[in-house]
Amino acid sequence: MANAHSAEHHHAHDEQHTFDRKAIWRTFRILLYITIFELILAIGYYSMTFSNPELVKYLLNGVFIILTLAKAFFIIAEFMHLRHEIRNMILTISIPALLFIWFITAFLWDGNSYKNLRNTYDRHYLDHSKEKAPAPKPHGHGEEHKEAQEPGKLH
Amino acid sequence: MAQVATANQSMWSGGKSPFKVEYGKLMMWYFLMSDAFTFGAFLISYGTIRFSANSWPDPNHVFRSFPIIGEMNIPLAFVSLMTFILIMSSVTMVLAVGAGHEMDRKGVLKWLGWTILGGAAFLGCQAWEWTHLYHQGAWWGSNPFVNIDGTQASTNFTNFFFTITGFHGFHVLSGVVINIIMFIMTWKGVFDRRGHYLMIEKAGLYWHFVDLVWVFVFTCFYLF
Repeated sequence: MANAHSAEHHHAHDEQHTFDRKAIWRTFRILLYITIFELILAIGYYSMTFSNPELVKYLLNGVFIILTLAKAFFIIAEFMHLRHEIRNMILTISIPALLFIWFITAFLWDGNSYKNLRNTYDRHYLDHSKEKAPAPKPHGHGEEHKEAQEPGKLH
Repeated sequence: MAQVATANQSMWSGGKSPFKVEYGKLMMWYFLMSDAFTFGAFLISYGTIRFSANSWPDPNHVFRSFPIIGEMNIPLAFVSLMTFILIMSSVTMVLAVGAGHEMDRKGVLKWLGWTILGGAAFLGCQAWEWTHLYHQGAWWGSNPFVNIDGTQASTNFTNFFFTITGFHGFHVLSGVVINIIMFIMTWKGVFDRRGHYLMIEKAGLYWHFVDLVWVFVFTCFYLF
């Protein structure tokens, strides 16, 4: 037990990091600002009209991915303290996590390919997916879907 | 180069702690790795299905309610509050870990208490959101929301939403239970007798991981 404790405090300068409350609150502020910024972007996108909304949405999603990864980095590095661990330990965590890059690429690619295949070869699916829903309102901000108010109809 | 090699050899030849962390903490990290892949599999399958669909419901339209105020058309406001609560409870958890390093039993109790409260508040918010969506007719196998282009949506949206936020909520619940156990152990002075508060650190790692996963759930479901 004493061993584990002394190992914990082995690097002398690290002790400062552990108790650095300023760093904790700084990380908190960064996370908060990033989240608020994301919300402003998301709400701004839905309250404005664009000539090419799909392109804007793609760009926005790219921004969201970068900001999300930034938040993840701060939580792992500062809150979970990984940045202050031994380099070898950081690598045993971060290198396996790199598998996610291929994992995400492969599966999203697959999903997109499935969509294209169905739209090309499954006429029935394509026509069906273009039909408007029989809901009273097609879609609109601020308007309630009547059926969504009455759960009994759907269950 | 030769020097580096010998240094490595001596570090790994036994009798030393190569990572300079306690066994349990290292194993917690590796458990969290595997848990990350479980959540990753969920979120990536959601992404695959969403990429394969011609259209998808609009999150800004689905998640725009706030308790008491009701249908106020403030998109994402409630989920932002939930995010804020979770990030805040992560901060109090770090402060509890910090107090543990200083062997400050009262400090650990105080910050751990706030963390438990934050977790409970988050769970309460999630319970409200689920209930609200349920009363709108959303559940596994039932999706009242139409796609953003006005076409009929499949039930994939609600299925993934309830499964993934449910799995995350279950993690939050386990985190709260673990924190309560840590609170009781601290209160009884177990860690003072043991001479260190490393257990709080392991619980803290788990708690931060729950926050970390929420960051991704938030982006995937509410922002995209």
